[in-house]
Amino acid sequence: MLNQFITDPMVLRAAQAAGAAILALMVAYLARRADINMQREAIVSLVRGISQIVIVGLLLTIVLGRARWLSAFVLLAMTLAGAAIAARRTKQIPGILQVTMRSIVLGAGLVIGIMVGLEVIDRSPATLIPVGSMIIANAMNTTALALDRFRAEVEAHTGQIEAGLALGAASTVVVAPYLKAAVQAGMIPSVNNLRSLGIVWIPGVMAGMVLAGTDPIEAAIYQFVVVAMLFATAGTTALLCTLFVRSHAFSAAEQLTLRMKA
Amino acid sequence: MSMTDNSRTGGGIHAGSASYAGRATVIETRKLSRTVQGKLLVDDISLEVKQGEIVAVVGPSGAGKSSFLRLINRLDEPTGGTVYLDGLDYRQLAPRELRRRVGMVMQSAYLFPGTVAENLCFGPRQHGEDLPVQEIDRLLEQTGLEGFAQREVLHLSGGEAQRVSLARTLANKPEVLLLDEPTSALDERAEREIEALLMRVLRDHHLTALMVTHDTAQAERIADRAILIEAGRLILNGSVQEVLNAEPVHH
Repeated sequence: MLNQFITDPMVLRAAQAAGAAILALMVAYLARRADINMQREAIVSLVRGISQIVIVGLLLTIVLGRARWLSAFVLLAMTLAGAAIAARRTKQIPGILQVTMRSIVLGAGLVIGIMVGLEVIDRSPATLIPVGSMIIANAMNTTALALDRFRAEVEAHTGQIEAGLALGAASTVVVAPYLKAAVQAGMIPSVNNLRSLGIVWIPGVMAGMVLAGTDPIEAAIYQFVVVAMLFATAGTTALLCTLFVRSHAFSAAEQLTLRMKA
Repeated sequence: MSMTDNSRTGGGIHAGSASYAGRATVIETRKLSRTVQGKLLVDDISLEVKQGEIVAVVGPSGAGKSSFLRLINRLDEPTGGTVYLDGLDYRQLAPRELRRRVGMVMQSAYLFPGTVAENLCFGPRQHGEDLPVQEIDRLLEQTGLEGFAQREVLHLSGGEAQRVSLARTLANKPEVLLLDEPTSALDERAEREIEALLMRVLRDHHLTALMVTHDTAQAERIADRAILIEAGRLILNGSVQEVLNAEPVHH
């Protein structure tokens, strides 16, 4: 409908963005009527979202086709931002930033490194940055989910954990069931993505490649590659972040030293 | 410190036995302190507890009684002072070995999901021992839980759960028992039952014990001696009667 009135492609995109934003605000308004107040957060997030993604678009136009170290720099910056965002999601755990930082740097770094090494991901910034960013974002979400679950489990089971320690158990033993729950919680979205791939979900990469005119079969296979990489990232990151948070939560003298902030 | 040498027998379960003065010291806290974020939870407490002695720890809520007990089990780290177990600074012991020897029963049972028997086997398994079936039966009999071995802990009453918690700690064959208000979460009937059970178990196992309680009558019935803690400090160390007279009444 919009394209009947607007011919300039940039103006058309802006109009489309406005349409999507209006829809999102309508949802926030409806939610408010149901006493769920998310208007402020919705507006702030929408404004942030559009600014961030346009800035990244500008950055990409600068970076694409230039030196490779630039893309490494962009990915590193994304990793740090991801660590900060994941840490804010679990800010009840004191000093959690160092845990999210190490988990995301190592988890995403390992997968990106191996995939680039095997030339599954092309080294050109045009591929490396978007695919790398997906891996980093997935590591971020996994970390946030796993750590939040860990926090909830420890809060709910502090008594059992300390009872176990008081019986002479190692911290690794008493916390094992809660770490397992945290790893599983962190991996749920990635497992679901792998399961529902193609059935309920045609993800962005394939959609983009098909839109750009790539053969759908080729696009589909590459999409599988991406989703499998995301799954590997989730697994690696979930394991890493639970290991890190475990040593963060206990002292060398097998004491639960983690005290949540309100 | 002269205050700590002043151990006398009270009206407790060892009434009739002589003074503990000649016995070996099992637990000694020396200037034990813990500060968290500038707040003194435990302030410079020095205390000696002799072999087989039962010491009631009384004081207002929030005075640091539980914090003091947790330090003795090293569940929290002292920020000052230390604890001697049989004359050895407990920082020289592996914390897991210390905790096997100094058992702790908390206010709530905090059982692990599974059966009663699995809970009893937990402690010994941590140092590579399988608890024999006869031993499980003996512990259950001692704690009035005959036939409970295969029961799921989910289906236990509060009193039964606390019995399992006690049996689980005893399965480690501790030398010292730290009891943190073990009956306060129970109804009156279960409270009296657990108390009677505790008195029997402490006597039969010749255990040295520190017991936090806010029930003065309970302190009188069980303990040989009492200490009063207020605002983290050891205010009084003497006979149960002496300490209870000094303590503001909470009932």
